[in-house]
Amino acid sequence: MAHVSRGFRGKRAKEREGDRLPPGQYLVEGFPVLSAGPTPHTPLEEWSFSIVGLVAEPKMWSWEAFGALPQEEVRTDIHCVTKWSKLDTTWEGVSIDTLLEGVEHHATHVLAFSDGDYTTNLPLEDLVDGKAWVATAYDGRPLEPEHGGPARLLVPHLYFWKSAKWVRGLQLRDHDEPGFWESYGYHMYGDPWREQRYAGD
Amino acid sequence: MRVDGNAMGGMLSEVFAREVTSARMACDGCGKVEPLGAEHAYLQAPGMVLRCRHCEQVLLVVTRANGAYLLSFRGMRWFELPAEP
Amino acid sequence: MARAAVRGRLNWMLGEVVELLDETPRVRSVVLDIPHWPGHRAGQHVDVRLTAEDGYQAQRSYSIASAPEDRRLVLTVERLPDGEVSSYLVGELRPGDSLELRGPIGGYFVWEARMGGPLLLVAGGSGIVPLMAMLRHREASRAAVGARLVYSSRSWEEIIYREELERLASGPDGPQVTHTLTRSQPPGWTGYARRVDGAMLAEVAWPPSHAPTAFICGPTPFVETVASALVLLGYPATSVKTERFGPTGG
Repeated sequence: MAHVSRGFRGKRAKEREGDRLPPGQYLVEGFPVLSAGPTPHTPLEEWSFSIVGLVAEPKMWSWEAFGALPQEEVRTDIHCVTKWSKLDTTWEGVSIDTLLEGVEHHATHVLAFSDGDYTTNLPLEDLVDGKAWVATAYDGRPLEPEHGGPARLLVPHLYFWKSAKWVRGLQLRDHDEPGFWESYGYHMYGDPWREQRYAGD
Repeated sequence: MRVDGNAMGGMLSEVFAREVTSARMACDGCGKVEPLGAEHAYLQAPGMVLRCRHCEQVLLVVTRANGAYLLSFRGMRWFELPAEP
Repeated sequence: MARAAVRGRLNWMLGEVVELLDETPRVRSVVLDIPHWPGHRAGQHVDVRLTAEDGYQAQRSYSIASAPEDRRLVLTVERLPDGEVSSYLVGELRPGDSLELRGPIGGYFVWEARMGGPLLLVAGGSGIVPLMAMLRHREASRAAVGARLVYSSRSWEEIIYREELERLASGPDGPQVTHTLTRSQPPGWTGYARRVDGAMLAEVAWPPSHAPTAFICGPTPFVETVASALVLLGYPATSVKTERFGPTGG
């Protein structure tokens, strides 16, 4: 092992929370900001969220219309592939089930797309039945741009790179295709409990 | 947050066994040529991402997994390393 | 792993902390003795790695403050509010401790006397560190190269290397040093009291006709503002070299 630095602890929280932490993860106190590119700043009057792809009719909401949709409060643990986890994070957002209500489709997979050309892929069944949201608030406040505001995808049961920041829509597909990190060697699915960080894990 | 490609110098020297921050590259998006140290680097991500400082196209992505480096150069037209390190 | 004989491969090495110097309330210089240090050029940096007892590691980059001519390696570190590495280096580290680092790193943001000048150095806060290495190298090598420094700090008390800069500036071929204090100024202050901008640079920077080389270092927004201003003043973009700090300096 590398030389141990006398007296260094790092910023991890002191106790591990038993079985709430997936393998290889540790707790942090802050909320690290990880980004693959510049933070987008789309003005709200230009913002929209769309459901496109293999759908009978594409759907789109403006920021105002999105805000009129039923919001849910979510309290959940999140796990980043870079090994930090945060427990009991609180969010507010619109459930993907709400967004897909009335949408006719035969899709099996989804590519979520964001400002800044970020994409991530997921099976459709991992987004429905109360498993995912488009979140617009964190910790009781509107989501900050550096954390993905005004809206980000929230899919807490998978590694957090799947919770695409600055999300602008979902493209429904009939096959799985890698998004940004997946095309650079990250796992197509990303289950933290099976430590699926990299392709081939 | 964005820093310079210079900040990737240490990690890339592990891969290339030499100094690479002054190596030049051509962006496949806009064609502009710059040394690696001048491009935009995003280090705090699941991997390190180097983007063109002119058009922000991704030039290079480096991830580290299972004891190996995985590099993708697909955003560069070419990457020039002087023959003498 | 055997020490690689390949030229240029960087290995992690251990330096011994011999002295700690408080530069300002939040900034400390760490003086290191490093056996087999290969030497460096002004402007380069090192990666510092800390390892906790359970194997957890954190790594950050720090610019080298010392000149290549100096006997010991000096890193100058600003303690950031949430900085897990900087708060260790500026709080916990003691003389006699070992620090793991690798370097020197960087070939782009470097200046050696043989590269000539004149030099325009623009620093924001702790961005002064690599530029100070350049000024120290310039003095130690007696380089016959003009140098002007524009240095932005929040207050008089937070100017890093303040006395040494005064001493350097007072010498016959010393650099021209212009301070600007952006948040508070001492009584009777007649100098600049705002962020670096085009008008200020037009007054104190080398005119482009002198064919200067510019090195800018500091937080990303500072660096980008200054770089744009210099280009607007007529500096060719290739003559402007930048080093941006991000949260990696924590």
